[in-house]
Amino acid sequence: MPYLEISNVMASYGAKPVLMGVSFTLERSQIVSLIGPSGSGKSTLLRVLLGLTPLSSGSISLEGRQVDYQSRGAVKEVRRRFAIVFQQYNLFGNMTALGNVTIGPLKVRRGAREDCEREARALLERVGLGRSLHAYPDTLSGGQQQRVALARALALKPDVLLLDEVTSALDPELVGEVLDVVRMLAADGMTMLIVSHEMGFVREISSKVVFMADGRDVEAGSPQRVLDSPTADRTRAFVSRIIRH
Amino acid sequence: MNYTLHFGQVLPYLPYLLGGAVETILLSVLAFAGGMVIGAVGAAAATWGGATTRRISGYYVTFFTNTPALVQVYFIYFVLPDFGIVLSSFNCVLIGLVLNSGAYLTEVQRAGFRSVPRTEIEAAETIGLSKFQTTWHVVMPHVVRTLYPALTGQFILVTLGSSIGAVFGVDELTGRAFGVNSETFRAFEVFIVTGLLYVGVTLLATTILAWTGWLLFRARVRVL
Amino acid sequence: MHRFAHELGNFATWYNLAFVVQAAGYTLALSMIGCGAGFVLGFLLAALRLTSAFALKPIRILATVYTEAFRRIPFLVTLFLVFFALQVAKIDVSVFCVAAISAAVIETAYLTEVVRAGFEAIPCAEWEAAAAMNFSLRQTLAYVVVPQAWKTILPPAFAFFLSFIKDSALASQIGVVELTFAGKVFNNRGFPPEIAFGSILGAYFLISYPLARLGRHMEKRLALSGNL
Repeated sequence: MPYLEISNVMASYGAKPVLMGVSFTLERSQIVSLIGPSGSGKSTLLRVLLGLTPLSSGSISLEGRQVDYQSRGAVKEVRRRFAIVFQQYNLFGNMTALGNVTIGPLKVRRGAREDCEREARALLERVGLGRSLHAYPDTLSGGQQQRVALARALALKPDVLLLDEVTSALDPELVGEVLDVVRMLAADGMTMLIVSHEMGFVREISSKVVFMADGRDVEAGSPQRVLDSPTADRTRAFVSRIIRH
Repeated sequence: MNYTLHFGQVLPYLPYLLGGAVETILLSVLAFAGGMVIGAVGAAAATWGGATTRRISGYYVTFFTNTPALVQVYFIYFVLPDFGIVLSSFNCVLIGLVLNSGAYLTEVQRAGFRSVPRTEIEAAETIGLSKFQTTWHVVMPHVVRTLYPALTGQFILVTLGSSIGAVFGVDELTGRAFGVNSETFRAFEVFIVTGLLYVGVTLLATTILAWTGWLLFRARVRVL
Repeated sequence: MHRFAHELGNFATWYNLAFVVQAAGYTLALSMIGCGAGFVLGFLLAALRLTSAFALKPIRILATVYTEAFRRIPFLVTLFLVFFALQVAKIDVSVFCVAAISAAVIETAYLTEVVRAGFEAIPCAEWEAAAAMNFSLRQTLAYVVVPQAWKTILPPAFAFFLSFIKDSALASQIGVVELTFAGKVFNNRGFPPEIAFGSILGAYFLISYPLARLGRHMEKRLALSGNL
């Protein structure tokens, strides 16, 4: 039984339909990457998963049980199990790096201050920011902010990490440091659902790649298969254009 | 609450009140027009004038923006006759509103004059436009587009401000509301209707100004 | 001219000064109470409009209608609306109360918009990160939004307070003994209108100008003290 099952999910932004039937599964310790052209609905899918955008039809199941997004309890449970890092402006501008990483465990999980701070320090060390504990987001580079965001996501001890184009807004030289952290988390066995344009990285790290276009999943399989020998025309067109760069 | 709303007694006066709304618009348009002229002069004086001119403009703005329009009109209404100038209520209120809005509009226009980015002017010069062409094609559109929302906002403030005419017996919307009240004694209903009419008038004005602004100047104004 | 100086001499008594000071007190009290209450209510209303509970939808719509309406009605009309509404409800309060309530009514409407703008200035991702971390609305506002948004909210809120000090002049029309009413009293007592209303204009200026400068100073300090 897969950990997460997305089944024919459809969603719209107001009147505009964005997702028109997406299906795939995610197993524990698996890393699934969603790739595809802009507007294909990849980020929207992550938002629907977390209940940030409403689901118009289809189902999402967690460990075999369908999630009822109308129920606040169910949505809270989903948000407990998944932690997301967005493309930018993740961090709370009024708190230091340490503050950002401790606030979730402190206020939502209601942990003891010393424990939360200890774990936060360890996480920030792990992402290479042990010396920026008391820095405010506006003094950190984009890459550093994203690494704090990753630490903050991990502080909540999620089952799955959702990464929504976390390097797309970064200056090229800062992309590497963030991808290094993601690599490290993958090596530690973290289950992840990644939306990314970094094809080399996607090929290297993913267990499975899902190509999405026009709100649908077009093709899915191992990174080698989807990226090197795609079967669908749409996939082939996308991949060839990406490779050319 | 043992009170039933009797709008029925007030509705026959609706045309009368609508006439008041028209008077309100008339008063507001005149006051705003006058204020714009003063505003342009004041802003020009403040931006390009000599030290004395700038100071006078500054005093004028400071005085009229730190005192209430109502008291300004009271002053005009009671003081002018002492100097032999007897004006109608409408004119006293109009003058007061012109002087008052003129001060605020001076500030708005001054901000507009200062807002044109140097980079746009430099870009225009590098393309080879003359000073006049730069002013007409680059500076003015920018100023109008930037100022337009603020100017629209000021117009609405003037429209709402015109209600002080009622205090002096001017026949605008609020004044007429007092009149209807004294005939029907259904004060609550009368003022509800009056309030709704003001909302209607201002929404209409904002919508028209927003359309005009977009069509003529590609300026964006939020209506609601 | 001599007559003017003579009248000025008649006018400049301690009694009149005390009267003006007291009236000024009422002007300020009215503005502060109305704006204080309006600020709190405006904030609550803005927070209310953020809720997503279905059950609260009619209240949200009401809040929006209220905000949009009272920003488009002159204060004079609102004043009389509140006056007669209280009369109809057979609630007997002083005219000062009526004026203070009216002040709160419009301040709430204006401030809901100001607070809303302040909230919207916080990047969407911060709101969503908080939601994704299971922050309640209250937690999101308390720990993330308000600590950042207050810098954007305070200057316009203060500016409205300042402009209300001038609007409070209209309270004279329902009989509140504030500065403008004092001017009318002086005028009725026979003092020349130049002195009667001139002194009132001066009083308003003395209150408004320093506060306006304070406001500008505060705005400059806030703009410098950090980015959003």
